[in-house]
Amino acid sequence: MEVTIVWYLSLSAVLFVIGVMGVLLRRNVIVVLMSVELMLNAVNLTLVAFSQSMGDAAGQILVFFVISVAAAEAAVGLAIVIALFRKKMTVDITQFNLFKH
Amino acid sequence: MNIDTLVLLIVCLPLVGAAFTGLVGLFAPEYRKRETLIGSLATLLVAVPFAITAYLFATYAGEPLIASFYTWMSAGEFTLDFAYRIDELSLIMTLIVTGVGGVIHLYSIGYMHGDSGYWRFFAYLNLFIFAMLNLVLADNLPVLFLGWEGVGLCSYLLIGFWYTDLNNSAAANKAFIMNRVGDFAFLMAMFVLYKEVGSLNFEPLLAAVDTMSGGMLNWVVLLLFIGATGKSAQIPLFTWLPDAMAGPTPVSALIHAATMVTSGLYLLARLSPMVLSAPTMMAVIAITGAVTAIMAATIAVTQNDIKKVLAYSTVSQLGFMFMAAGVGAFFVSIFHVVTHAFFKGCLFLGSGSVIHAMHHVEHELEHEGLSQAGKGQAAVAGETHTDWSGHGYDEPFDPQDMRTMGGLKKYMPSTHLTYFLSTLAIAGILPLAGFFSKDEILFKAFEYGYDGHAWAYFVWIIGLITALLTAVYMMRSYMLTFQGVERWPAADRIHPHESPRTMTIPLWILAGLSVVGGFIGLPAVVGHGELNWIHHWLGSSYGGPVAEASVAEHGAGFVLIEWLLILLGAAIAVVGVLFALSAYRRHGLAYDAELRSRFGAVYGWASGKYYWDELYDRTIVRPMLGLADRGFASFDRHVVDGAVNGIGRLASGTSRVLRFIQTGFVQNYATAIVIGVVLVIALMLFG
Repeated sequence: MEVTIVWYLSLSAVLFVIGVMGVLLRRNVIVVLMSVELMLNAVNLTLVAFSQSMGDAAGQILVFFVISVAAAEAAVGLAIVIALFRKKMTVDITQFNLFKH
Repeated sequence: MNIDTLVLLIVCLPLVGAAFTGLVGLFAPEYRKRETLIGSLATLLVAVPFAITAYLFATYAGEPLIASFYTWMSAGEFTLDFAYRIDELSLIMTLIVTGVGGVIHLYSIGYMHGDSGYWRFFAYLNLFIFAMLNLVLADNLPVLFLGWEGVGLCSYLLIGFWYTDLNNSAAANKAFIMNRVGDFAFLMAMFVLYKEVGSLNFEPLLAAVDTMSGGMLNWVVLLLFIGATGKSAQIPLFTWLPDAMAGPTPVSALIHAATMVTSGLYLLARLSPMVLSAPTMMAVIAITGAVTAIMAATIAVTQNDIKKVLAYSTVSQLGFMFMAAGVGAFFVSIFHVVTHAFFKGCLFLGSGSVIHAMHHVEHELEHEGLSQAGKGQAAVAGETHTDWSGHGYDEPFDPQDMRTMGGLKKYMPSTHLTYFLSTLAIAGILPLAGFFSKDEILFKAFEYGYDGHAWAYFVWIIGLITALLTAVYMMRSYMLTFQGVERWPAADRIHPHESPRTMTIPLWILAGLSVVGGFIGLPAVVGHGELNWIHHWLGSSYGGPVAEASVAEHGAGFVLIEWLLILLGAAIAVVGVLFALSAYRRHGLAYDAELRSRFGAVYGWASGKYYWDELYDRTIVRPMLGLADRGFASFDRHVVDGAVNGIGRLASGTSRVLRFIQTGFVQNYATAIVIGVVLVIALMLFG
């Protein structure tokens, strides 16, 4: 069985869906951030796969951008988590519900 | 100065006064205290139009002058301008409105002194003059109707002037609502006329009279007459006028004696060619006037409130004017309008002067604590005056009640003399004004009957009896007020005093006019009709605008009948005056009790005002209120409010359900976003 691009894309899709599920279903806010990182990495995988298959390096260049942005975003996100923790003493996302009616 | 400017000044100067005093008084409260400024400004803005009208009157050349301003309505083929007409009839009416109106403005300066609503009063009064001028100077029916409604509005505002007392507001409502019934009929008449003639200007309307069918003319005249009964207080729409006495006395004098109530007569005179072409309606008009006149006169004999006597007297005199109109002598009804404005205006202003003085007495009594005293306290206080028959001191002191007046001639010489002169004038004593106009009316009624309309004789008889009653009840009011013993408590200590000159000068002016005003219309027998100036001025047989019934040629013997009628009229007046003079001089107030015992049932009916108010209350007011309450109010509460509230309830119900979307959990929101994205992509891929 040959490893075609479809395999990479499927892996990437599965990773993306796992990431989405994590964002929507996990309680710990740090796990949610990790799931976001997972989604970003899935997209990176897709970009690299296409770049290799089409022979265009633009995909891989974009991946560099995505990685750096993901890093910055993770830093900012964790800073927000720390601030929230200082306020609420918990990382349970269900406790952050001031907008609840 | 061309006619347009002059007419504009005449009509709009009072409006300027009303707007200025009204708006400045409303937004700058310091202005309200400047009584002299307000009063003199208002009076000036009526006096100047009077001067201009006098000038137009003196220089009138016989041809009607039309001053047309901008176009009010233009719809298809129908156009209507704001157009005013200067002709003989409108000049006479304008002179009365601005002249008597100006005099009453002067009087009000003194009368309303100290009232916190002084500024409002003069604003409304000026507004009234503006509306009345629109009415009498209009060249077409809608502008006339504008003035018609305007005077009704001002009447409402001024009757309910002291609005903090709910009775006054109720009286104002009554006047306005009753007027509206009449106005509805007037509007119907205008619609019919528009449909028949296509224009509402006077010249085309009057020219088209010959082409309209008899039935249609009858309807139009009937509707116009109903409108006139509303404005001029005839049966069945008169009960508002006695209640209107709740307003300040200058209002009663100006609006409910001299000017507004004569609008109905003016309307009929203006459209006299039309009325003349509806003979059945003329009978209706004259008979209604006659019945109203005698009914009101009988009520006036029984009234104790001086203003109510004058109010019923006004209804009665208006009945006389309608009698004249019904027999085709419209110029005579206008003549009576003029003389009535003089003597009734003077009488009302005089009664106001008396009431003013009795208010002072009332204040003194309050100081002494006597005004609400029971019988015992009154005896203790040791009054030396005669107690009026059967009447204790249980009721609060009423400055308008003649039973607590008497002997005022000592204290108020000017008021006394002017009131006396005007009383003689209204009674019809030769050679005062009332004699000439009333005699003309009676003569015309007789002549119309003589010329073949037998019903006019009935009108004539009623007129004679009413004239007698007029002399009696007016003399009664004079005797009870100014002669005899002083019947108010503590009369030896507390004395009223004469009113200031701003009030007595108008009294003398109007009294003087009541004395000489009749000479503008000397009867036909004197000087072969050449000395009847007002007939020459107004009558269509001399080129004037007011039509008249054609008079057949009478034989030589008729002159004798005319002189006999004049003597009869003069005699009736003298008999009535002397009767009341001797009866009330001898018995004083006790004579009322004697009348009551003599006439028993009739007196009871009359003093109960023939229970018209009760009848209306039971047959119209209560069913309407019941319908409103059970029908419309319930509809309003349940259907209209139900619909509106239902929408509100729907909104809040929906939101109560939808609010559960707001869970506060970010993950729920994120889930919603993801579902949305999936849907959009699905649509893009498969849609």
